Parts: sequence; structure tokens; C-alpha cells
Amino acid sequence: MKTNDVILQTVAKIVVFIILTFSVFLFFAGHNNPGGGFIGGLVTAAALVLLALAFDLETIRKVVPVDFRKVMAVGLLIALLTGIGSLVLEVPFLSHTFGHWDLPLLGDTELATATLFDLGVYLAVVGVTMTIILSIGEDH
Amino acid sequence: MMNNLLIMPLLVPLVTAVVLIFFNRQIRLQKWISGLSALANVGVAGYLVHVVRQEGIQTLNMGGWAAPYGIVFVADMFAALLVLTTTIVSAACLYYAFGSIGKEREKFYFYPFFQFLIVGVIGSFLTGDIFNLFVCFEVMLISSYALIVLGGTKKQLRESLKYILINIISSALFVASVAYLYAVVGTLNMAHLSVRVAEAGQGGVLTTISVLFLIVFGLKAGLFLYFWLPGSYKVPPAAITAVFGGLLTKVGLYAIIRTFTLIFYHDPYITHTLIGWLAAATMLLGVIGAIAYWDIHRILIYNIVAAVGFIAFGLAAANQAALEGAIYYLVHDMIVKALLFLLGGTIIAYTGTATIKEMGGLMRTRPVLGWMFFIAAMALVGVPPLSGFIGKLLIVEGGLQAGFYWITGIGLLTSLLILYSMMRIFMNVFWGVPKRPLSEPKKGTGWLLLPASCLVILTIVLGLGAEWIYPYVNQAGETLLNPDQYIQAVLKE
Amino acid sequence: MEILMAFAIGILFMVGTYLILSRSLLRIILGTSLLTHAVHLLLLTMSRLKTGAAPLLGEKAGNYVDPLPQALILTSIVISFGVTSFFFVLAYRAYQELGTDDMEQLRGHDDE
Repeated sequence: MKTNDVILQTVAKIVVFIILTFSVFLFFAGHNNPGGGFIGGLVTAAALVLLALAFDLETIRKVVPVDFRKVMAVGLLIALLTGIGSLVLEVPFLSHTFGHWDLPLLGDTELATATLFDLGVYLAVVGVTMTIILSIGEDH
Repeated sequence: MMNNLLIMPLLVPLVTAVVLIFFNRQIRLQKWISGLSALANVGVAGYLVHVVRQEGIQTLNMGGWAAPYGIVFVADMFAALLVLTTTIVSAACLYYAFGSIGKEREKFYFYPFFQFLIVGVIGSFLTGDIFNLFVCFEVMLISSYALIVLGGTKKQLRESLKYILINIISSALFVASVAYLYAVVGTLNMAHLSVRVAEAGQGGVLTTISVLFLIVFGLKAGLFLYFWLPGSYKVPPAAITAVFGGLLTKVGLYAIIRTFTLIFYHDPYITHTLIGWLAAATMLLGVIGAIAYWDIHRILIYNIVAAVGFIAFGLAAANQAALEGAIYYLVHDMIVKALLFLLGGTIIAYTGTATIKEMGGLMRTRPVLGWMFFIAAMALVGVPPLSGFIGKLLIVEGGLQAGFYWITGIGLLTSLLILYSMMRIFMNVFWGVPKRPLSEPKKGTGWLLLPASCLVILTIVLGLGAEWIYPYVNQAGETLLNPDQYIQAVLKE
Repeated sequence: MEILMAFAIGILFMVGTYLILSRSLLRIILGTSLLTHAVHLLLLTMSRLKTGAAPLLGEKAGNYVDPLPQALILTSIVISFGVTSFFFVLAYRAYQELGTDDMEQLRGHDDE
């Protein structure tokens, strides 16, 4: 059956970028405000699902040519490594720290190791969600 | 105290699991990595036991957040011993899986899921927080869902649906019980819970909540609520059933023992009597199942149920002897059940059938297998000097001391019937003449006996070396009897 | 408010249980997800419904809400999301392989 989804496709093309930007914002907001890697990852996944709805799974594979299982593994590995870092430094597992640096353009910026952990969470969430959705949607 | 050693038995399989996902295609490499990491983890867990023996209970406050606010990991001797046993049993099952699991399953992430399962099991033993216990349970269960359905035969699909359903419901009940508990005492850290429950006095509300927990953990352990167990444990291949039978129900038992020795120990007249009668019913019903079936898998599965009842009886009696016996028997049972399933799987691989009526005469062609099965069966029944004997003796002694004469009698009767069920397997499978041509052993199946023989040696050592092992069990039992030790170690007042 | 929540939770439990007891697999899955929702609401209610600022340092409020139940609920939601989706995939596969989603026909036999 051929449906007329011009409107959906056109809107999706624009909205996806807004959603992706918002997810990045959420990700960085998460350190001191509501947000974080988990919700950011879910929003990113939502953007990709919107693409999948408007077009089809083949398009998703072309636009984002990564194996989401690997994304999940990379995310888990990053999160784990930040934890293991504290083993090397001989502080309790999963300890975090932060400091202030003067970065070009951004000025005085707070950098925290918790963000790295959050990045891992972000990737893991995107990976898991997309794996689940793709494996449900794959079969017809 | 800062002690990252505690997280290592959990980190090793976790990192391994994640790394294995990257090497999905290279099966040989996956085998190497997971095999080496399993051995390394046995070493780590052994060292943990050693440290706990030397320095007492170890705790780790994750991220430096002190208990009761942060996430805390605790290793007392009980947990450490179980972690060590888990690593050994899982390593044996893993090596057995190398030769038996088949390409089809290996391609679908068998090894990563296996490692995640171990993460969940070890996490459940080490966590000092009742909500983290839930999380670790879920890690374990989700991996077990994947493992049970891996391969996707019709039978597996059908049974795994029920397995998942029952576990979702019990998880929901778990969270509900956590909600009630949090509403009453306002904390979820186990040591802190123990303090608060002692302060508040274990009144009717808390006892009701404790029974809710008993139902939840009983569902996982197969304590009386084992109706889901025979069907779902029967469908996966031997290596996976061995892990399930050896480890998963034991995690539920661990949770029951932990909560009812550390937190809800104030009203034993209600809770422990209830556990005692549930245990008696479990033993009887389990052993009836074990003597009713002709299918070797089912007989072994019902033996799991009977053993769960027996260990829970040790908890019900709740004195020094009985608790030590329960710990000893728990360790023994993890090893012997895994061993029996591995041997059962090997028997099925050789004879091509699971019905013992159709087997026979295997002793002529496979004497080593036969004698190994005999030793394992004797250990299970508790014939001295094998590993089951000491545990059984201590539990019976404790049961008599506590005045549970009836249930002790049921326990002894059960032992006798277990002996009958095991001998029925032995005589039908190994004696007599072959009733059907033995299938040609596939290439490389000789390897299957190697991990099993390691476990056989271990069960002999556990029996003969009891004098050397007893101090460890004694220390574990002492901690269970004196919750203050655990509380002191975690909260450091 | 608590009484209202209690009714809501009770009804969710009731509907969930009813659905789980039905024969169709799809209904059972919906039932489990309703049941877990009920449990999450229960967790929220049992840890007292009160208003206050989000428990973050920047808020500078006099009254904060308890963050722990929310963390627990979030964790539990994630887990139930994963499990439910796994269950769905599995149910679909089972439907394809076995040709039925009626639990009566998925009983299995003793002699296998």
C-alpha cells in the first residue's frame, strides 16, 4: 500500500535535527540540572525512531551506518572504564572528580569525569533502544 | 575503608562480557577470552575469601559515598564463599559449553550473555543494598531469559514465555515489597534496615512485609513455589541448565538467608516456622517428582527442588549448627548440581535419549563417566566422606536442637528417597545391556568430561578436607548469627 | 491524594491481574506492563506524596522531595522497559514458530 506521507517526511527531516540538538542540550544540562545521558540517549533514539517512521528502516541504516549493538558495547565500555579509572587511582570504584579549566571560546568551564560516565550511559541507551526497536521492526 | 578488591569479581566478567560483544564473529577468540577470564576470576574470588578470612568483613562504598546513603558492596565470609563457588562452577560450565553448545548459539552472543549472568549472580551475593539486589537479580534474569531461549526451538520458545512471565510477576512483587519496606523504615541499605527494624521492633506490619519478601525470593529460589521450574529448566542445553540449576535458585536462597538472618530475625516463631514447613513441603514434593519421572533431566531438576527445601530447613532452625550446615550444603549443592547436570548432558549426548528406561549398559563403554556419576550421586545423597555429608549432618543436628523433630524426619526420609532416585538413574543407565545402539561419540566429546572431573575432585576435597574448610564455614555462620558484625562493618558507628 | 492514588493503584493491579489471567499472549504482556506501572505508582505513593523542590543543590529551597524513590522508579522503569520489549519480541517469534498465541495450546506435554 502506498501512502502519501510527504508532510510527515518533510517535517521529520527538519524536526529530527531539532530533537537531536535538544538531546545534546539535555545531555550537557544533566550535570547540575534535570537531564543527563539517559534521557539524552532516549531523545536521540526518539529522533531516529521518528526517521524510521517517516521513511523506513533501510533509510536509517543508510543515514546512521553503525551497528547499534556495537554502540551499546562502546557505551558500556566507556562507562566501565571511567569506573576502572578510579581503581588505577586507588579511590573507591566509580569515584568522580571535577575541575575548572579556561578553554578557548568557552571561557571558564567546569569539566567533570562524571560527564564521561554519562557519555557511556548515553551511547548505551541509544544502542539498547535502537537494537530493540530495530529488532522488533525488522521483520514483516 | 577503601577496598576495590570487592568489585573485582564482578568487574572481571562484566568487562569480559562487553569486550566479547566486539568479537562477535571470532568465536575462537571469544572462547579464549572468556575461558581465561573465568580462570582469572576464580583466582580473584579465592583471594577475596583469603582477605575476608584474614581481615574480617570487607566493604566498599561506591564513589566514596558513605553508607547508608551511597551504594555499598559487602563481602562477609558467607558471600565470599558463594562468590568463589560461583566462579568455579561457572568456569566448569563454560568449559563444558565450549565443546557442546554449538555454533548456532555461539553466534548469537552466548558467551557475552553467559558472562552477564555471572555478573548478576555475583552482584547479588555482594550487594549490601536491597534495591541493588533487585537490580542484580534483573541483570541475572534478563541474561537467563536470553540463554534459555537461545537456539529458538519450539519447546524453548514455549517454556521461556512462562519463565519470563513468572519472573516479571515476581519482580513486580519484589518492587512492591521494597516500596512497603521503604515506607515503614525509610531505608534500603541492609545493615541500616537491620538497625531500624531492631529499633522499631518487628511488629505485625514488618512481619507481613518479611513474608512478602519470602514469597518473592521463594519464587526465585523454588522454595515451595517451584511450579515453574521443571518446565523451564528442562529446555535449554546441558551447559546452560547446569548453570541455572547450580546458581540461579541458590541466589534466591541466598537472599532468603540474608534477609532472615540480618533483617527479619526478631520474630522466628512466625517467620522461621513458616520457612520450616515450606521447606518440609518443598523437600517432599521435590523428591516425589524425582522418583516419579523416567526422564533424567526431570529427575535432576526435582532434585534441585528437594535440595532447596533442605537448605531452607537449615535456615529455619537458625542455630549455629544448622546455619553452618546450610552454608556448607549450599556450597556443596552448587557444585554437585552443576556436576550432575553436566554428567546428565554427557549421558544424553552419548545415548541420544533422555529417558532412562531406554538406556543401559553404558558402564561397558564409558566406565569413567559411570564412576563419576556414581561419586556425584553419592555426594548428593550425603554419603561420607563426600561433600554432602557434613552439611547434612550439621543441618540435622541443628534441626534436632531447635526441636523440629518432624521436619528433621522428613529431611532424612527425603535423603533416602533421593538415594533411591539417583540409584534408579545409575542402574538403568549404566548397568544391564544397551537397549539401543549407542550413538557414535562426536569428535571432541571426550573433552566434556574434563570440567566435570574437576568438579568431582572438588566434591571429594570438600568432603575429605572438611577440617580445613570448616573454619571458613564457621566464620560465615558466626556472621549470620551475629548481625551486629555485619552492621558494624557497614555503618562503622 | 493518597486515597486517590490507592484507588488508582488498586484498579491497575486489578486490570493487570485480569489481563495476565487471560489466554491471549498479547493481553498477558499488556497485563504485566500494567502491573509494573501499578507497582511504580505504589512505590511513589508509599514514599509519601509531598511537594518540594527537586533535590538539586542549585534550587535553594526550604523543602526538598525525597530523590530515592524516584531513582528507584526510574531504574525499575528502565528494567521493565527492557524486559517488556524482550517479551514482545519473544512472543512474536513464538507466534511465528508455534502458530498460536493461546496459552491453552502452549501447555506442553509431560513426555517430552
